[in-house]
Amino acid sequence: MSTTTYAVSDSLTMLRRNLKRAQRYPAMTFSVVVMPVMMLLLFNYAFGGALGAGIGGGSYIDYVTPGIVLMTATAGSVATAVGVCVDMTEGIVNRFRTMAISRAAFLTGHVVGSVIQTVIALVVVIGAAFAMGFRSSAGPVEWLAAAGLLVFVTLTLTWISAGIGLVSKTPESASNTPLPLTFLPFIGSAIVPPDSMPTVLRWFAEYQPFTPIIETLRGLLMGTGIGNSGWIALAWCTGLTLLGYVWSRSVFHRR
Amino acid sequence: MGAISAVGLTKSYGDKAVLRGIDLDIPAGSVFALLGPNGAGKTTTVQILSTLIPADGGAAQVAGHDVVRQTDGVRKAIGVTGQFSAVDNLLTAEENLMLMADLNHLHRREGRRRAEELLRRFELTEAARKPVAAFSGGMRRKLDLAMTLVGDPKVIFLDEPTTGLDPRSRRTMWEIIRGLVSDHGVTIFLTTQYLDEADQLADRIAVLDGGRIVAEGTAEELKRIVPGGLIRLHFADAAQLGAAAGLFEYATADADALRLDIPGDNSVLTVKAVLDTLDNASVRAESLVVETADLDDVFLTLTGEGAR
Repeated sequence: MSTTTYAVSDSLTMLRRNLKRAQRYPAMTFSVVVMPVMMLLLFNYAFGGALGAGIGGGSYIDYVTPGIVLMTATAGSVATAVGVCVDMTEGIVNRFRTMAISRAAFLTGHVVGSVIQTVIALVVVIGAAFAMGFRSSAGPVEWLAAAGLLVFVTLTLTWISAGIGLVSKTPESASNTPLPLTFLPFIGSAIVPPDSMPTVLRWFAEYQPFTPIIETLRGLLMGTGIGNSGWIALAWCTGLTLLGYVWSRSVFHRR
Repeated sequence: MGAISAVGLTKSYGDKAVLRGIDLDIPAGSVFALLGPNGAGKTTTVQILSTLIPADGGAAQVAGHDVVRQTDGVRKAIGVTGQFSAVDNLLTAEENLMLMADLNHLHRREGRRRAEELLRRFELTEAARKPVAAFSGGMRRKLDLAMTLVGDPKVIFLDEPTTGLDPRSRRTMWEIIRGLVSDHGVTIFLTTQYLDEADQLADRIAVLDGGRIVAEGTAEELKRIVPGGLIRLHFADAAQLGAAAGLFEYATADADALRLDIPGDNSVLTVKAVLDTLDNASVRAESLVVETADLDDVFLTLTGEGAR
């Protein structure tokens, strides 16, 4: 077999290992799902009345769902960072490094495993949103585009988190470091439109990567205007994925 | 041709020199022990030879491949069991072995056959489907070594394989290691801080201290470095001990144990001379023991100056 086939088969072996680990330790997957579902409940039932009135009527669950769905992807990134860090702090990664296996396999296995885990969480959270009264105007094409965007965003966040997991000294710090990522959507258009924010915050909210992603998602699911948000979102995702990938690879090779 | 050879390996972390020029030449099919106290550079040596980290200077070959330029060749030939158990705690013993089989690119059936065989050989068959998290230290270490063997390595690195094990698990591990050499003809590079372990297992021993090899040879050769042993006398009371202590210039007395140690060379003449001296002074000893030098003496003599 050539090096390329080994790279693929080794990555698949690592992926199987990570999926098995996720099954054995479901608490992590569970927490990825629970956080966004709690947010949905909170923002829909507790704050939904006031916030809904604040954004100028309409069903608030329809406004907030795309934002919360995105937060599911950020919650998934915590699991990635912890998973990678646990492996790095235990002896097993040194075993892998002394074997004649593709160097990329370790990280690829983690990233693909995390993306699958997060996609499952996304499906559950979207299901919960529907149960709470979320209604989408999207047809099959829009849903497909939304799904594609969500997977891409998840991939972006996962590569960055893999890097965070690699540089973290302990699993605890690996679980804390991505938290700002989790809260970034709040200072964007996830919960309320940035127009209502003070100037500095509004400026930040308008230009940070999550806002165009949320706006694109909202546009696809609710039929609101997307404008150039779609292209900006794709550009951010492409850039950040490359950054996360190159960073993770170089840290992994150095350590 | 040697299974492992190294010339002038050096490694520093910051301004702390961990290895200060290590030379090795280990013939295939032998057991080599690198003996040294904590911090001597044993693990660093293993990490360099097993391609985990590059050396700052010098060169090394393992199984005929350069450890820097031909890492894949080295990795195909070696198996490493480190100081910290490299098992997946969330998987079962069987799954851990199958993971290794897959990463060694064995066919499914061959992998399963080898996993079963290793589980049997290491007496882990009953625990095969239990998650490793529930394993004892000894079982974990056995599984760790079994995982290393899945790839049928020609050269095996064992970094402190029995550190932290109880005496019984340690003996089991020793038997397994001996079995590897006699059944499979592999080369074993072992590091240890236990002298008895090196004495029991190794064909050749190198004593590593402060990043340098300070002595190398068979256990017997090393024991000859420290001359003689000692003659140990026990006395009935402090008065007799005091009297005896005055008779021998180089003796060390232990007042609590009523014991006097006199350095000697294990010869009958020396023993007789000691007894005659006691007799002439009318000092009465209760018992006499002749202690030959053991590796502990060698170790302490050779690594004593470093004063850690």
